[in-house]
Amino acid sequence: MIPGVSMIHILILSGVLFTLGALGVLIRRNAIVMFMSIELMLNAANLAFVGFARSMGALSGQVFVFFVIAVAAAEVAIGLALIVAVYRNRGSIDVDMVSDLKG
Amino acid sequence: MEAWILSLVTFFPVVGAMLLLFIRKEREAAIRWAALMTAVVTFLLSLLMLSGFDSSDPDLQMVVRLPWFSIGDLQIEYFLGVDGLSILLVLLTTFLTVLSIISTWTAIVERVREFMIFFLLLETGMVGVFLGMDLFLFYVFWEFTLVPMYFLIGVWGGERRMYAAIKFFLYTMAGSIFMLLAIIWLGLEGGTFSVPDLIEAQAIPGNLQFWLFLAFAAAFAIKVPMWPLHSWLPDAHVEAPTAGSVILAGVLLKMGTYGFLRFNLGLFPEASIRLAPWVALFAVIGIIYGAAVAYAQKDVKKLVAYSSVSHLGFVMLGLFALNIQGLQGGIVQMINHGLSTGALFLIVGMLYERRHTRDMDAFGGLWRVMPIYAGLTLIVVLSSMGLPGLNGFVGEFTILIGSFGSEAIGSVWFTIVAVVGVILAAVYMLYMFQKLFLGPLDNDKNKVLLDINRREIFTLVPIVILIFWIGLYPRPFFGLTEASVAKVVELVSSAAITMR
Amino acid sequence: MTADTLFSLAPLVILFPLLGFVFNLVAGRRISERGAGIVASAAVGLAFVIAILQFVALGLDPAGATIHIAEWIAIGELEVDWALQIDTLSVTMLLMVTGVGGLIHIYAIGYMHDDVRFQGDPSRFPRFFVYFSLFMTAMLILVTGNSYLTMFVGWEGVGLSSYLLISFWYEKGENGIGNALAGKKAFIVNRVGDLGFIIAMLITFWFFGTLTFEEVFSEAEAMGAAAVTAATAITLFLFVGAAGKSAQIPLFVWLPDAMAGPTPVSALIHAATMVTAGIYMLVRNAPLLELATVTPNVIAIVGAATALLAASIAVARFDIKRVLAYSTISQLGFMIAAVGIGAYVAAIFHLVAHAFFKALLFLSAGSVIQGVEHGHHHADSAEEDFNPNDMRVMGGLRTRMKVTFWVYLIGALALAGIPPLAGFFSKDEILADASHVNPAVYWVLVLAAFLTAFYMGRQVLMVFFGKPRSKAAEATKESPATMVAPLVALAVLAVGGGLINAPGLLPLTRFLQETLAGIEEPEFIAAIAILTTLLALASIGLAWLLYGRRPIKSRAPDPLQSRLGPVWIAIRHRWWVDEFYDWLIVRRYVSMARWLAEVADERFLHDWVHDRVIALGYVRATHWLASVLDLRFIDRGFDGLGALTRRGASGLGVLQTGYVRNYAAAVFIGLVLVVSYLLLS
Repeated sequence: MIPGVSMIHILILSGVLFTLGALGVLIRRNAIVMFMSIELMLNAANLAFVGFARSMGALSGQVFVFFVIAVAAAEVAIGLALIVAVYRNRGSIDVDMVSDLKG
Repeated sequence: MEAWILSLVTFFPVVGAMLLLFIRKEREAAIRWAALMTAVVTFLLSLLMLSGFDSSDPDLQMVVRLPWFSIGDLQIEYFLGVDGLSILLVLLTTFLTVLSIISTWTAIVERVREFMIFFLLLETGMVGVFLGMDLFLFYVFWEFTLVPMYFLIGVWGGERRMYAAIKFFLYTMAGSIFMLLAIIWLGLEGGTFSVPDLIEAQAIPGNLQFWLFLAFAAAFAIKVPMWPLHSWLPDAHVEAPTAGSVILAGVLLKMGTYGFLRFNLGLFPEASIRLAPWVALFAVIGIIYGAAVAYAQKDVKKLVAYSSVSHLGFVMLGLFALNIQGLQGGIVQMINHGLSTGALFLIVGMLYERRHTRDMDAFGGLWRVMPIYAGLTLIVVLSSMGLPGLNGFVGEFTILIGSFGSEAIGSVWFTIVAVVGVILAAVYMLYMFQKLFLGPLDNDKNKVLLDINRREIFTLVPIVILIFWIGLYPRPFFGLTEASVAKVVELVSSAAITMR
Repeated sequence: MTADTLFSLAPLVILFPLLGFVFNLVAGRRISERGAGIVASAAVGLAFVIAILQFVALGLDPAGATIHIAEWIAIGELEVDWALQIDTLSVTMLLMVTGVGGLIHIYAIGYMHDDVRFQGDPSRFPRFFVYFSLFMTAMLILVTGNSYLTMFVGWEGVGLSSYLLISFWYEKGENGIGNALAGKKAFIVNRVGDLGFIIAMLITFWFFGTLTFEEVFSEAEAMGAAAVTAATAITLFLFVGAAGKSAQIPLFVWLPDAMAGPTPVSALIHAATMVTAGIYMLVRNAPLLELATVTPNVIAIVGAATALLAASIAVARFDIKRVLAYSTISQLGFMIAAVGIGAYVAAIFHLVAHAFFKALLFLSAGSVIQGVEHGHHHADSAEEDFNPNDMRVMGGLRTRMKVTFWVYLIGALALAGIPPLAGFFSKDEILADASHVNPAVYWVLVLAAFLTAFYMGRQVLMVFFGKPRSKAAEATKESPATMVAPLVALAVLAVGGGLINAPGLLPLTRFLQETLAGIEEPEFIAAIAILTTLLALASIGLAWLLYGRRPIKSRAPDPLQSRLGPVWIAIRHRWWVDEFYDWLIVRRYVSMARWLAEVADERFLHDWVHDRVIALGYVRATHWLASVLDLRFIDRGFDGLGALTRRGASGLGVLQTGYVRNYAAAVFIGLVLVVSYLLLS
């Protein structure tokens, strides 16, 4: 571990990243940006995983990170495909334009 | 080769169907060629299977037997095997599928990809029915064939296609329910679904055999179809597209007769002996009834459809003669019917594609404009009415020989009435030929008809070759079935001894 | 060269016509008319050469041989091979079939050349010879087959080629469909006979365990009395088959209609060869007939009755070919009767002699018809629906077709039984035998012979004597050499044919004794010979009184009409046999088929049982369940619940904004709430 960087720093960084991501999802209307924000949240979680794995000396946390990355990759593929499909249909990727499920 | 060949023959069409999904649906030529190639490869695979077949061995060969899943103690297996009873039918299936696909070349223009996919799935189902030796697996294949056929009729059929498709589905389904019950009972009681094991055990008491026989017969008799359960057949045939009719008549009906042969005779020999006169009665009624009704039709396709009722009456009569001539004749007659009636449906389809009508009154004198077509039709017509030297006669005569001397049927009168059916076959077949090809060419629409093209000739010529081959030198065909049939006969006659 | 080497050539007798068939089928259109005709004729000619070689071989080894070619059907005990039986009986037939057949082939080259032009489709010429070769192939299989089943192959094969040739001009005839219907009728009536043949085979197989002639006969001989019932049953059913093919009561109705085929077809198939197959088959089964009890009598009576019935009908025909057709039926009746009384050699003798003179008569009739047709075209007469077959438009052709007239006269006299022509000897042999065995049959046959001479006299007088009764007949000319030459050859045979079994020498009897063991040598009864000759002459004289002295006018009624009264009406209507069958069988069957199709199948099974009872019943039942039970009772109960749900749902629906971010916010708020609950508690 880099000297001066302790577990608490890592958690703070992770928390900050996660909050940024969550706010991005809630506030931004551009689907791509929302998407990136989701990635940010995922990676914040990854960071926390790695940090915990390090401090506890267990490998399972890092294994989980790989798993998450793989799932995220698949998710990106489907998500981007959906965005492209939406764009083709609506000519825009503003998520507020897509409200067909309104009850 | 032993282990994988049967699975390959069964499932290769599915692989082909999967591949078709990857071809864009606009590329119809590519789709047709891919489907054709799949069918051809399947046919070649079935020939490979034939080359490894030992005709002197009466038992199942090239067996693949793996546990599939189990319910309690009851093991359900993935169990494929081929013997003399089924090998010809497998070959017939793969052979007719190739020809049917060629016949759709210009006939099917809408949703080609879906059509081909269903067609290939149907092939897998049919081959599976003939190869599946686990009752459960057999039942799965049996029911599976309904689905693609339902769509083939319902999507690509004629005007009343939905009516016909639903009727087809429900009729066959209704019969199968009883068979399913019997299969479950057999599995629970016998502790296995394996057909050869159940046949080996012969553990079913006489009066129970009676009910189980009827339950299986319900499914098979509808499929054959035996009189008076044939009502679905004309509708299905008239509405089905040509290729569908070819497969329906050529193979699907044989699933019924095959079922009787494999399951009813093997599992319930005592009941078979006891009920043989009744089966013979219905078979003979079917022969005469089908021939008479066929004669009164105006629609060529309906005529051919009813002729199937008559022809399959012969097959049933032969099978339930329960002696070697009757059974051998019955099996070969299944093949013959598949070839001749399949060819007749191809022939009707060629005409329909040109004129968009099947009303015989609209034709006449076609020989003049379509000589090649007329000549090939004549051969098929003669084969269908049992002219010696062609395949139909070999089957019919051996069936008649078998049923005439059959102890199980017990009376020669059934055979004598069946011989009358031979006359009536000439009556309706020659009537059809005359209505289409002879007489003056007085309809202007017919004067411009073109003779069949090379592709169409190519679909008929292989059948004609087989018609002559089986008619003149049936030895190889009888040879394939001989050992297995002898085993069935032995089984039945030993059951006859215990009955006394 | 040993006999066996020669015997081993026997399959060629079938192979040559078969090759001719294949060749003309494939290449017939590409070579000239003459080429196609020559190929077919050469094939028959070569077969004739082979037949002669077989005859020579039988001289070396009279026992004959069986030549196996290949296995055919072998299932359990049922073993049938493709094999040929060469013995004196089959070789007699081989020589006749290929010899007479060859002459008719040559004639047909000339005849069909004109015929295809009269009928307006010259491209159909090669097809005729394709069918002819097919017929020869089948006929030779029939003759040489060594088992019932191989014989049956030929048996049906000749039926098929007969069907094709009768309906050769399939767009012609009554209403444009007459010829096709005639062909179909021939095939189907023959099939009725085949029913008998098939059943006979079934009995044979289950009784004797084999279908090979030799084995069946030796088995039957060994069993002796034990086989009597079986032999009776088998021969009775075989006779049904023979009655179909050889046009006997009750199955003779197809043969007159078969005249729709071109004339060489009538000569080859419907006079000389195919129709005699029934007689050949019965003679082949002589060992079984000898054992059987009832059958010989049945055969003799049916044969004699047919001879008389057909002869009586022939008297009242105006169509030149129909007279000959009924005459053929009548003569076949003679042969069948001969078989019935056990005179097998006489039957075969008459068969061969009949082949000579009846082929001659038919071919000459063809020459006449075409002559008149030529005349019709030449005279350019405007007569509508001119029928060149009608004897009422002929007359006076004696001077216009000299050769045809003379050969026709020879044929007619041979048929009438005037010595020393072929028909005299062969008919006499039958009558002499009949007089011993069955007097009733004998007298019926004598009466038939009397009528024979009468109708032949009538025909010759109507066609060749008197004055032409139409412009066409006036303009008639002699036919070309390809047609006339075979006529002369056949005329020579019709004159000298009696020699093959002339009294005293009996070469045919000696020859056939090798195969048909135990046949007796016929005796020549001078009294009968004189009686029949006188009767024939008297009969011809009677014909001259009626038709020769005062030639009939073209539209005038037949002189017999007033003299015979009701009998004339009966024979003019062919004793209403066709009408009777039409009423009894055809209409019954058609209406039964219609009824089954429309009422039983369509309305009852399809529309009522399926559509109404099953399908509609199900629809009704489900409808009741849905509308009555479900809607009124169950549904109402749940309706309240449903309404409640709906109202609740529409309230909650407000929350569903459709905006993704709103949902995300909701998730977050929920998450925060859950986490804070977990943390705080």
